Amino acid sequence: MTEYPCKIVTIVTEAILEQDICELLRRLGATGYTVTDARGAGSRGVRNAGWQSSSNVRIEVLCNPGLAEKIAVQVQDLYYENYAMVLFTADISVLRPNKFS
Amino acid sequence: MSLDPVILFFVLGVIAGVAKSDLKLPPAIYELLSILLLLAIGLKGGVELSKSSMSGLLPQVAAVLAMGFIMPFVLYPLARLGRTGRADAASLVAHYGSVSVATFAVGIAYLNDRNIAYDSQLPLFLVLLEVPAIIVGILIAKGLSDRSQAWGRVMHEIVFGKSILLMVGGLLIGWIAGPQGVQPLEPLFFDLFKGLLALFLLEMGLIAASQGQALRQHGVFLILFGLLVPLPMACVGALIGTLIGLNVGGVTLLAVLAGSASYIAAPAAMRIAVPDANPSLPLTASLGVTFPFNIFIGIPVYYAIAQGLQGLGG
Repeated sequence: MTEYPCKIVTIVTEAILEQDICELLRRLGATGYTVTDARGAGSRGVRNAGWQSSSNVRIEVLCNPGLAEKIAVQVQDLYYENYAMVLFTADISVLRPNKFS
Repeated sequence: MSLDPVILFFVLGVIAGVAKSDLKLPPAIYELLSILLLLAIGLKGGVELSKSSMSGLLPQVAAVLAMGFIMPFVLYPLARLGRTGRADAASLVAHYGSVSVATFAVGIAYLNDRNIAYDSQLPLFLVLLEVPAIIVGILIAKGLSDRSQAWGRVMHEIVFGKSILLMVGGLLIGWIAGPQGVQPLEPLFFDLFKGLLALFLLEMGLIAASQGQALRQHGVFLILFGLLVPLPMACVGALIGTLIGLNVGGVTLLAVLAGSASYIAAPAAMRIAVPDANPSLPLTASLGVTFPFNIFIGIPVYYAIAQGLQGLGG
């Protein structure tokens, strides 16, 4: 089995931003993403997903390092100041590199 | 006067929340309950509309819309009193100018229990009153000259958000299908209305209790705002309702609408349009103070006011 290096960008943020961020990801050239419902607590208080206004989503994108950087910069620019948001990246391996631009 | 059991469910929810019970309605169930309530109110309104004539509706709609656009401007100076910034105050008036479906539902239950009829156009007014204050709130926060506002995105959030979509959808379905067409749906939407509302209010109690923390942080201003604003606004609503010729039930419900504060449509739209406003300020006031005030004290008082006004007019 051959493994190829790849980046994963994970964004945990307010559910209300899901649509906007996914649109941004597509625009920047991501070939796909995965969204899951999330809950937790942080500097913006407990976000327990009890109902819409306090629910979080976790958006994950697999991509090349260049795109990962572009996503991080754009998302930071647009949303960091006013929204509850955490973004981090990690190096991972995938089996089919051509699937993730 | 005995307390309506649905309100006791709200109390139970608050107690469970304060006591940190593990009680939690699964989000999907809460979602389903709110969908059912929104559709029930819409369907009921649509069926009633299909039975009545549409003449005279236009001036009423104009009066209600005017109220929706003007109230936020009147509220704005009050919202600034708490040393709140422009964005926060604008967000607050958007929430308070807009309306709460949950409070409206409790108002309907209150009238149903007493066999008081209300005009068929009230659900339509509910839909109409959701939107104007949000637009005014955004305009106050951003100013007329700001061209950067993505109005398309914001209007999409408001108009196609679930609350307006389902209410308008329900109204249209009820109106098209008429009383006979809707009859097979009655067991789910109308007969179960109070039970669904009870469960919904249980969750509302839990949510209201969770606002306690924020309430301690933001303190006296939010409590005063949340307690003192509804009654004068409801009086304006009652007055307009009387002037446009609604019956006692209709006047009561228009007062309920005017005195209530949004917690679904407005928070979502304001979060997108005015991200620098602190979302927990208006939510805390709306859910933690105004909603309980309205269901315990407001609705009976608004009913009394409606009766008084009707007495004067008749």
